[in-house]
Amino acid sequence: PVHQLLLAELPDTHQLLRQTCRDFADRELNPIAAKLDKEHVYPAKQIQELGAMGVMAIEVPEELGGAGMDYLAYSLAMEEISRGCASTGVVVSVNNSLYIGPVLKFGSEEQKREWITPFTTGEKVGCFALSEPGNGSDAGAASTTARQDGDEWVLNGTKAWITNSWDASATVVFATTDKSLKHKGISAFLVPMPHPGLSLGKKEDKLGIKASSTANIILEDCRVPLGNMLGPRGAGFKIAMQTLDSGRIGIAAQALGIAQASLDCAADYAHKRTAFGSPIGKLQAIQFKLADMAVAVESARLLTWKASLLRDAKKPFTKEAAMAKLAASEAATYCSHQAIQVLGGMGYVADMPAERHYRDARITEIYEGTSEIQRLVIAGQLLKEYQS
Amino acid sequence: MSGRVLVGVKRVIDYAVKIRVKPDNSSVVTDGVKHSMNPFCEIAVEEAVKLKEKKLIKEVVAVSCGPQQAQETIRTALAMGADRGIHVEVTGKDYETLGPLQVSKIMAALAKKEDAQLVILGKQAIDDDCNQTGQMTAALLDWPQGTFASEVSFDGDKIKVVREIDGGLETIKIKTPAVVTADLRLNTPRYATLPNIMKAKKKKIANVKPADLGVDLTSRLEVVRVDEPPQRQAGVKVETVDDLVGKLKEAGTV
Repeated sequence: PVHQLLLAELPDTHQLLRQTCRDFADRELNPIAAKLDKEHVYPAKQIQELGAMGVMAIEVPEELGGAGMDYLAYSLAMEEISRGCASTGVVVSVNNSLYIGPVLKFGSEEQKREWITPFTTGEKVGCFALSEPGNGSDAGAASTTARQDGDEWVLNGTKAWITNSWDASATVVFATTDKSLKHKGISAFLVPMPHPGLSLGKKEDKLGIKASSTANIILEDCRVPLGNMLGPRGAGFKIAMQTLDSGRIGIAAQALGIAQASLDCAADYAHKRTAFGSPIGKLQAIQFKLADMAVAVESARLLTWKASLLRDAKKPFTKEAAMAKLAASEAATYCSHQAIQVLGGMGYVADMPAERHYRDARITEIYEGTSEIQRLVIAGQLLKEYQS
Repeated sequence: MSGRVLVGVKRVIDYAVKIRVKPDNSSVVTDGVKHSMNPFCEIAVEEAVKLKEKKLIKEVVAVSCGPQQAQETIRTALAMGADRGIHVEVTGKDYETLGPLQVSKIMAALAKKEDAQLVILGKQAIDDDCNQTGQMTAALLDWPQGTFASEVSFDGDKIKVVREIDGGLETIKIKTPAVVTADLRLNTPRYATLPNIMKAKKKKIANVKPADLGVDLTSRLEVVRVDEPPQRQAGVKVETVDDLVGKLKEAGTV
């Protein structure tokens, strides 16, 4: 039961999973994270190793090539991976939640075998194309079109800010078959990459998570078979929203990893750095910062676990997932900001990881639903509760 | 041949932890400190699992001696692919004084009880660096031993072991049943896969007491004192080679 879990300990399996992912992050990701960030290099080898461990498809049943574990396991894995390297974390999250997620939930058995199984090993990753240059938060205003031509769908339009785009072998694309129906006209489509009619924009030069690729996806008379529609016609908006509900938990966990890494960095420094004759950890100003950081991380973590457990129990979790993402992303920006403050000048240079955590943290308040959207989601759910 | 391999796995303070000595100089601080499987034991488990994957052996049994927490280490071995575990319960003062002599007696007793074809151990533990358990186990069983193994292969009814020795590499062939100890370059241990972590939950860990195996845990050693290594002192710069030789002579090192 949820309350026992949160008050006591994680189950043995989940403790072992957490430890395994932490060991992987410590030994394989942490030593190269600065280099990946500096050189903007996609961690292909590490993604393959994570694939071999089952981390690229945690929720996918074993028959389809996945690990057959639950969302709590996913949250734990995501936090530990991101603590080592936030870029690697987002690659893992997008593949698990945003690409595999909707196919697992809305795909036919045949679509699952074709579009999920090859993406469980780490050799191939997928991406999620919803946002456009003209609309991010306003997802219902999608202007990418899909028109039927014989036994094919023809897609036209531009998608923006697509994580994994340059490294992906497939994408879930949201396009409208009838703009007059507004959000009810949107459907989801599966498109392989590369594919005729699909091209990529330049890689964005981002502030953080630099080892993951972000770019526009341009569709110009991009043709796919009719069987590539995912889920029912007109269900695209619903599919996107439900997918993002779950994706939010993954990003919350990524933010937790960044926040925890920042806290680790600051606390370690507080032991070692001396000023006025003693380690700075003895100073109340530093102690207050560390305490506030720890509270921010732990409370966001419990929210993330709660959202995961509710989802695993097949109970409504929309509000809790939004709360988790909001809390965790704000914890990440807060903790990374304070970590630089604790480190002083050392926090501002690349010799220490604090500046990278600061840059990596910032996006967590924006993607997969801005903090503002999260607040709207939470308020919406809350007001419904108070109505009854 | 039973096709059964016994692998010893020891729970030690994690290699990355900064060790601190207790204020009373009796031992090192272990409370609240991160522990993991001894790295050489990980290599031993990996080798056993590989042998099973090559179908050269049939069953891998992971053994650990210690308190309740030793089960975590066994579970890690199960998640890497071991088939079942044996937890030999040793607690309190007995655990504090547990060393290679006692563990090798336990391993020897289990090797006989389980009709093991092969016992694979890490060459040494990173906490005490004893490098004795494998050798003592083989002696107690009167079995051949291939220690510091960097390569293990089956050659008919014998095992070929390439050993890392001071002069280079030595290749020996030993009859089974035998004891092998794993050195650093024997293999690169796998990370547990998530499906195997789930499967490990269903694998059995048997509980055994040393007395059941007829083993006396009395230690022949007493730890008198534990100290941190001396603080590294600042060096001294000299102007010429003659000065350097002079300083070395003064220090009595030349």
